[in-house]
Amino acid sequence: MSFARTLHAEWIKFRSLRSSWYTLATLLVVGLGITALSMGAAGADRAESPQDWDPTGRSLTTYIVAQLIIGVLGILVVTSEYATGLMATTLSATPRRHRLLAAKVVVATAVALVAGQVLMFASFFLGQAVLITQEVPNAQLGDPGVLSAVTGGGIYLSAIALLAVGLGTIMRATAGALATLVGIIFLVPALQGLFPSWMQGLFAIWPTKGAAAIFATVPDPAYPEPWLNLGGMCLGVAVVLAAAFAVFLRRDV
Amino acid sequence: MTTIEVRGLTKKYGPETVVDDLSFTVEPGQVTGFLGPNGAGKSTTMRMIMGLATPARGSVTIGGRRYADLPAPLTEVGALLDAGAVHGARRAYDHLLALAVSNGLPRRRVGEVLARTGLEGVAGRRAGGFSLGMRQRLGIAAALLGDPRVLIFDEPVNGLDPEGIRWIRDFMRALAREGRAVLVSSHLMSEMAQTADHLVVVGRGRLIADTGMSELMRANGAGTVLVRTSDPGSLARRLTAAGATVRDGLENSLVVSGMTGEEIGKLAAYHGVALSELTPQLASLEDAFMELTKDSVEYQGAA
Repeated sequence: MSFARTLHAEWIKFRSLRSSWYTLATLLVVGLGITALSMGAAGADRAESPQDWDPTGRSLTTYIVAQLIIGVLGILVVTSEYATGLMATTLSATPRRHRLLAAKVVVATAVALVAGQVLMFASFFLGQAVLITQEVPNAQLGDPGVLSAVTGGGIYLSAIALLAVGLGTIMRATAGALATLVGIIFLVPALQGLFPSWMQGLFAIWPTKGAAAIFATVPDPAYPEPWLNLGGMCLGVAVVLAAAFAVFLRRDV
Repeated sequence: MTTIEVRGLTKKYGPETVVDDLSFTVEPGQVTGFLGPNGAGKSTTMRMIMGLATPARGSVTIGGRRYADLPAPLTEVGALLDAGAVHGARRAYDHLLALAVSNGLPRRRVGEVLARTGLEGVAGRRAGGFSLGMRQRLGIAAALLGDPRVLIFDEPVNGLDPEGIRWIRDFMRALAREGRAVLVSSHLMSEMAQTADHLVVVGRGRLIADTGMSELMRANGAGTVLVRTSDPGSLARRLTAAGATVRDGLENSLVVSGMTGEEIGKLAAYHGVALSELTPQLASLEDAFMELTKDSVEYQGAA
């Protein structure tokens, strides 16, 4: 009963900010815009290496930017309260901190799951529609591996949103959390070669690396079981969230 | 009747002890002024009362329970710690609604507290566009949502215009008259003099005084006399020679302690000094406060 109240309150807080809806709108507009753009040169790419042609994966590459936008959403669920000092008021009303953070996590998960799935399905259909106009072989939702890639992609984006909630809680500042998120999803993968060999195993579950194998329908020999990679990333996110709960419970506001 | 009991409260930030073994009780039906210079630990103490900061030692209970154990805290304690603590992009109504819902309070309470704080007209406006006075009212509206028996205000009049100050003052008096326990912090004694029934004075995190306002007035007001004459210098020497303590007051006046008005008048008549004013004073509370905190500083310095 009480958790339902906290959840309801967190939902009111989420829906009563225009920035929440602007961010979601940006996610869809930018996400689909990138899908449309990325399909432009599809015909030429396909001609180059027809055996690697993955019309589904191609239409879902928008995840690269979408994960940043959905991450901002997750970060703001927490840090907007710190930036304004509202967290003190919130905790006065809900002093059981684990309950408060759990409610935030649930709201962020629900929003991100819906937004992530909507974006992935819309990207898939838009991408395939563009391919049809170019008379390039395209995919159907019923083709092998397609539904798995599209729904798995939505889950991937939700997990990134949760990672962002965790980072926002730990950092308490939008800029710091965003910089960390950018580091995780863009910089670390770009600098993979610099890391020692014992750390290379981590890249199998790293965002934009192994975990992103879920977006492909043409199997990548390095990641034959993409759901395992995605599951690994979700475990990593769970660890970050656990750390977030630990510091949130212990520290002064 | 709900009281706030603070017992042996201690808070350290690194090596610095900001609240040091503080104990006091906030009783219902009166305004308790929580007074101290800036940095005395008032806000930290209030945050510990609200469970927002964890004490190193000691305890705080509200009606016998820890804040974190209150099932619906807004129905027991209302607090205004920082008027700026609203999201500027959220409508006043939604801000209050989220708080009300989190404590299972009915939606109509939002309308009621908006009316009581005079904010009905701006309920649909975003809090970012509010003046400080309106934000203050919004914070008080939030504090009143659950009709709590205990209210806590941290420097509520800071930065307000005279009308806003008067409104808050009257409002706190009214809340106390309704039988609620009201704890209000300030670094201005003059402010407290007009609001508080009871005073808890702190300096450098320590309790300096825990006293009724009228006792404090009496204890510190006795024996000071304001004297005005055309030649204050020579009179001051004669008063000092007679055993009084003399210091310069405003506009060439003398503030004399240790002698009554009658004795000063006789002394002046004996020496043929014409007095233009001779007024027994109740020392201002400001002086009393300075006196109190000065002692604490000296004690700290000696320790």
